[in-house]
Amino acid sequence: MSCGLILFFQSGRPLGAGVRLGMGLRMNRTKGDEEEYWNSSKFKAFTFDDEDDELSQLKESKRAVNSLRDFVDDDDDDDLERVSWSGEPVGSISWSIKETAGNSSSSHEGREQLKSRNSFSSYAQLPKPTSTYSLSSFFRGRTRPGSFQSLSDALSDTPAKSYAPELGRPKGEYRVSYSIHWFDSFHMLFCQVCSLERFRSLQDKLQLLEEAVSMHDGNVITAVLIFLKRTLSKEILFRELEVRQVALRHLIHFLKEIGDQKLLLDLFRFLDRTEELALSHYREHLNIQDPDKRKEFLKTCIGLPFSAEDSAHIQDHYTLLERQIIIEANDRHLESAGQTEIFRKHPRKASILNMPLVTTLFYSCFYHYTEAEGTFSSPVNLKKTFKIPDKQYVLTALAARAKLRAWNDVDALFTTKNWLGYTKKRAPIGFHRVVEILHKNNAPVQILQEYVNLVEDVDTKLNLATKFKCHDVVIDTCRDLKDRQQLLAYRSKVDKGSAEEEKIDALLSSSQIRWKN
Amino acid sequence: MAFPHRPDAPELPDFSMLKRLARDQLIYLLEQLPGKKDLFIEADLMSPLDRIANVSILKQHEVDKLYKVENKPALSSSEQLCFLVRPRIKNMRYIASLVNADKLAGRTRKYKVIFSPQKFYACEMVLEEEGIYGDVSCDEWAFSLLPLDVDLLSMELPEFFRDYFLEGDQRWINTVAQALHLLSTLYGPFPNCYGIGRCAKMAYELWRNLEEEEDGETKGRRPEIGHIFLLDRDVDFVTALCSQVVYEGLVDDTFRIKCGSVDFGPEVTSSDKSLKVLLNADDKVFNEIRNEHFSNVFGFLSQKARNLQAQYDRRRGMDIKQMKNFVSQELKGLKQEHRLLSLHIGACESIMKKKTKQDFQELIKTEHALLEGFNIRESTSYIEEHIDRQVPPSHCSRGYIVLLSLTSVVPDSARCSLDTHYGPEHLLTFSNLRRAGLLTEQAPGDTLTAVESKVSKLVTDKAAGKITDAFSSLAKRSNFRAISKKLNLIPRVDGEYDLKVPRDMAYVFSGAYVPLSCRIIEQVLERRSWQGLDEVVRLLNCSDFAFTDMTKEDKASSESLRLILVVFLGGCTFSEISALRFLGREKGKREFIFLTTAVTNSARLMEAMSEVKA
Repeated sequence: MSCGLILFFQSGRPLGAGVRLGMGLRMNRTKGDEEEYWNSSKFKAFTFDDEDDELSQLKESKRAVNSLRDFVDDDDDDDLERVSWSGEPVGSISWSIKETAGNSSSSHEGREQLKSRNSFSSYAQLPKPTSTYSLSSFFRGRTRPGSFQSLSDALSDTPAKSYAPELGRPKGEYRVSYSIHWFDSFHMLFCQVCSLERFRSLQDKLQLLEEAVSMHDGNVITAVLIFLKRTLSKEILFRELEVRQVALRHLIHFLKEIGDQKLLLDLFRFLDRTEELALSHYREHLNIQDPDKRKEFLKTCIGLPFSAEDSAHIQDHYTLLERQIIIEANDRHLESAGQTEIFRKHPRKASILNMPLVTTLFYSCFYHYTEAEGTFSSPVNLKKTFKIPDKQYVLTALAARAKLRAWNDVDALFTTKNWLGYTKKRAPIGFHRVVEILHKNNAPVQILQEYVNLVEDVDTKLNLATKFKCHDVVIDTCRDLKDRQQLLAYRSKVDKGSAEEEKIDALLSSSQIRWKN
Repeated sequence: MAFPHRPDAPELPDFSMLKRLARDQLIYLLEQLPGKKDLFIEADLMSPLDRIANVSILKQHEVDKLYKVENKPALSSSEQLCFLVRPRIKNMRYIASLVNADKLAGRTRKYKVIFSPQKFYACEMVLEEEGIYGDVSCDEWAFSLLPLDVDLLSMELPEFFRDYFLEGDQRWINTVAQALHLLSTLYGPFPNCYGIGRCAKMAYELWRNLEEEEDGETKGRRPEIGHIFLLDRDVDFVTALCSQVVYEGLVDDTFRIKCGSVDFGPEVTSSDKSLKVLLNADDKVFNEIRNEHFSNVFGFLSQKARNLQAQYDRRRGMDIKQMKNFVSQELKGLKQEHRLLSLHIGACESIMKKKTKQDFQELIKTEHALLEGFNIRESTSYIEEHIDRQVPPSHCSRGYIVLLSLTSVVPDSARCSLDTHYGPEHLLTFSNLRRAGLLTEQAPGDTLTAVESKVSKLVTDKAAGKITDAFSSLAKRSNFRAISKKLNLIPRVDGEYDLKVPRDMAYVFSGAYVPLSCRIIEQVLERRSWQGLDEVVRLLNCSDFAFTDMTKEDKASSESLRLILVVFLGGCTFSEISALRFLGREKGKREFIFLTTAVTNSARLMEAMSEVKA
């Protein structure tokens, strides 16, 4: 509850622009409509923004419930499920597996304990096995060829026997209604695959495939394709599949799954699907762990027939990884040497290898902000190399420097000098965003205040200032707007006897100001 | 609140039977390997298994130790190893490595692989290639329907989405058909069938074939469920991509509900431990707020808290006897309620905290603007800025780009923002999104025709072939607006949209948008056919894949005709479930039952499209 989570139900009061659209409400079509919509009293807003001057129902309910806890908690064990350290209910299968993994040589005693702690009952509403309930009436008992025969004895005294749980039809009974001939073939197919060997002419093979496709069962289609792949030259197979899209997709998926990359690439080449060919080749890099090998592999991808747009990305991917390898080696060294302050104060949480560009930029703004443009790890260099848009760069740099509480850097980020040498504050992302990001990084009020003041739109400014408790900004803005009522209302929100209150009182009693209300 | 118990609602079929069935079948399969054995379970099967069995049941059937299937050498010393896995190639390779290591060490053990829900031929092929075919015995555990709630059945197959809608692999269609067959065996035939989508049609045909083969088995049974509606996820991607604002959906978006339960971390439980909580109709507090718009939830919770306080306060003037009564009869219930209440309050708090940080407000506003098709430029630049501000980048903004592309056009500048953000691999993800028809890019008119003519040259088997992705996705883009208009998906606002007393399904998106999928279902059920919806069907590129099938003889009781099973192929969201629950209540005492390949949301859809290492 530390962040003062509050909900509020509002009746009719127009909120500031940023927060006004309630989740419970439709957006309206025109601005005029919207105003009317917000000012009419029948709308109730529900929003996801905090605002801690409203009474929170949730807070209240929580208090109510918590106040009962003392009374309730004494002997709660029978109600609460027992949960192990990992959050799994004790006795559940998932929990038990973790136990085995934890101490694989678990003693007999341990297992006994486990058994006795088995408190599944509180967890699920499992019906007790009822032996009277026989499902056998629904299912014909079937025997499968082979392995099942000898087992009936073993089952003689378990209740399971009567259930004859052969629900899924044995695949051997796959029947195609077309003809006895086809029934036979599929029967054979699933009993003993070698019987497919009698489909020797191309015509038979293709008919087999077409029947499989018309059955809609992907498993059967794949089975036939595996047979065709084995008994046809790939040129013939590819040629026939080119005009049979459904089967073709099955073959492609099958090849992907079993990892027959070579045949897959041949297939794409045959089909003249150059882009898929390139992507499929490129995909392989995911399986290469070693960064240097991965880099070398990516090099082979450059120049493959990707779409124009993708080509550029492949080049960037290679360049980025190349960079990351250099930065990683360098920084790991610096970190372990322990001489550099930034790495001592903020040890790296993970390696930078294979991270997206924006993360790399953040990293470099965090650890290498002041470096000259010439180094590989400097943010400016990254920005230039990868043509990162200004907005994106500023957002990322701001987030990184704010996290380090380097307010001077933040300041510099938005300061521009014109040709006369005057400085001016400018933010490509808008100062309202700057304020939000600073707030998220727990910037002190003085800093926040400075940037809230730079927000141009008065409503937004007032709104942000109120939200982040920048009292001075609120007070000054009200004064500038000559809005006595709002100032009066704000007085109740500042602490009693504080400097702010004094300031408000002074303004309210001032005769210099010509209030508009 | 919105969905109190309705005495007029038809009674739901008893789906707990499915759990018993699955458990009994598993026990049967375990008994096929008599004696002590270690069981290796695939991670994705652990939660579903937890729903139907527990450790002591496994122990009763001589399972000694449990291991997770992961890429590590097994430490098991047992003489018998049993593997419970999804039919995946990588699992086969793992098993093969264990078996072959044993062989090298001159060790002989018994191995059994239980595939759930079915085995694939490709898996057996790998076993054969690895030289262990015959050393391991294979079985199938047809556990494909897990009742997550009284009205929700999940196949727990999130991979269905990627396999079918991205790769075009139809391997799960048979699984769906088998599941439907099982349902009709248990709960009687479905007199009225409707469907839309290519996959829906195929699943339906395969299912019909199964029924015909076993004719007689379901005949004569009275139908318990009067209608079934099959729907492909790609008929409506937009709804699945929207941020959810009904409570259950929001909990799913924020904490991820996995297999009907959620892990509430310390920030929710306000203690140092995490808690795994089952979220279903048995949770009395949850059941009353799950379908509510989030803005109503607090009011409800605070009312509840006050009531609870009052209940406890009663004990204050009690004499000994009354106190004894209170403790023995009411205290337990109150304590339970107290526990649930504090959990959900904690969850709400945590949701608020997280959403406030994400500028949820602005995002929702932007999303609604996209759905309604106005202020597109502002929305686009907001999305760009939103992406720019993400350090580290998050998956959810990718969802916004996709939503943008489905409802209008993605400008180059937005692409540029994405490029810097999603790491180099985004290229692969984007190519996947394009292939699945989720991402469409600006293409001048002539490019479109060029693609079209190139495509039509390739497609020869028109009956089976949907025109390839490139074309259909390009066509799809421009259609959302038109479909939205035809089906009236954006309700006109005249006055306040009162979220406390919703008037249509749009309430699940704050009154801004009626989920397309649900609207289609509503319209078809109303007409009991696709009549008059030709234009919509055409716009959805589903002209060949919209079907109805009604049985002539009317054995169906009026009770059963009020039950509708909706089958979502490729996943459904909690928002859609809430919307249809609402519809059922509004439109004459009906009740919807949901069968989905998995519960999904925007983040899951996006993750399913990303490429990871093999």
